[in-house]
Amino acid sequence: MATKTFKDMGYPGRLVAVEGLDGSGKSTQIYLLKRWLEAEGIKVYFSEWNSSELVKAATSKGKKRELLTPTTFSLIHATDFADRYERHLLPLLRAGYVVLCDRYVFTAFARDVVRGCPPEWVRGIYNFAALPDLTFFFKADLEVSLQRILDGRPKLKFFEAGMDLHLSTDIYESFRMFQGRILEQYLAMSREFNFMVMDANQRVEIQQVLVRKLVKENIDLARFKRRGPLPLPPSVRRPKKVEPPDLLGEEEGGV
Amino acid sequence: MKKTAPHSTSTRRFYGHGIPGVNPADLAGKLIAVEGADGSGRSTQIAQLVDWLETGGRPTVQVGLKRSTLVSAELEKAQGGNILSRTTLALFYATDFADQLENIILPALRAGFIVLADRYIYTLMARDMVRGMDQAWLKNLYGLALEPDGVFYLSVEPPELVQRNLAKSATLDYWESGMDLGLSPDLFDSFLKYQGRMQAAFKDLQKSYDFEIIDANRPVEAVTRDLRKKITVLLNGD
Repeated sequence: MATKTFKDMGYPGRLVAVEGLDGSGKSTQIYLLKRWLEAEGIKVYFSEWNSSELVKAATSKGKKRELLTPTTFSLIHATDFADRYERHLLPLLRAGYVVLCDRYVFTAFARDVVRGCPPEWVRGIYNFAALPDLTFFFKADLEVSLQRILDGRPKLKFFEAGMDLHLSTDIYESFRMFQGRILEQYLAMSREFNFMVMDANQRVEIQQVLVRKLVKENIDLARFKRRGPLPLPPSVRRPKKVEPPDLLGEEEGGV
Repeated sequence: MKKTAPHSTSTRRFYGHGIPGVNPADLAGKLIAVEGADGSGRSTQIAQLVDWLETGGRPTVQVGLKRSTLVSAELEKAQGGNILSRTTLALFYATDFADQLENIILPALRAGFIVLADRYIYTLMARDMVRGMDQAWLKNLYGLALEPDGVFYLSVEPPELVQRNLAKSATLDYWESGMDLGLSPDLFDSFLKYQGRMQAAFKDLQKSYDFEIIDANRPVEAVTRDLRKKITVLLNGD
């Protein structure tokens, strides 16, 4: 098991991760954190669990057609993570970015173990990854998280509800039991991985004030400022360099 | 009279934790893996074995690399783009392997089939080792794999492999030449270096995983004879 953070390993960048149950509000919090860091002129990059372009097609096929077993569920998410880690996170961290991750290896440690994969195996697979410099765990009452999800998206997906575990034939009941077990796993890891435990039952703004304060205290943000202005979005980007005068007297204009 | 062969079903085991909920003792069939580079005669030998076994009344099933329902198409596409880093490559192939293990190999063994694997975890591990992946990491990863009843590595010297591959397709495969490793800008040189490293990795793996190295520099018929003899012993070990 990797036990060092990116800072420990001498990377110029820093990685901040958020973890928590579906419906704990972690994605809202990391989004607001990102907005703030951008406004402060910090070099920031956001990466979401299960979002590698390379692997996503296979994962969604596997989920839709219910092809996944605990083992392949675990491996395909590890593949997704490895792709983002090697192609995006590592180079950005070498280049001095603040990288924000919506879910990190702890999601796998919790979910895969609940699905029946041996903890040592799962942790062994992810041991190529360094630990985050800061991990926020959004701890909401189980009922609060469940209600948020069930209010917003009454149709639950098969794997999201842990239906593959056959905890209950009722999808809502299965979801409750599955989330409850994941919460237990998270809480058991909390001390080992120095989670900053946030009270996710509080109002969003109040939590965000605390998130920003903790980030500021733990990361010397001044070191991560961009030099020069932000690049323009592609639609308004001007040609990279001005062409030298056309000595042959052809018409001006072509870029 | 009942003899206990070194690989009888009573010693059937996973290398590590295996697949949750699967009892190895229920897997009555036989699992035979044939390893070797492209041009080692692997596919020819497997086709021969299938003929021979089925003619003899034994049902067979074949598996191989990049043949899973779950990820084979996506893996193929990703390799085409040359954008896979080594950990991703290792895990992608492991996913492909696990999908076939659970959906083809284990059910076929339960039903008493002979499963012929056109390459198994050893090729995958050797490739990853050559790319600098940690052997302990690989050992943990492939703890999910079932130990085969027989593993045969068809060993061919790299210069002979070059001849066979060129005779067949007039070029050398990008991945089989390890071009992603930057060993040489020259395909020919890179192929020789890469295949040499693969052989060394197999020798290294042989220390911890039990498999037989078969000299496949010899004519096809000689290799077939060897394989049949060894597999007959293995099947009669029941």
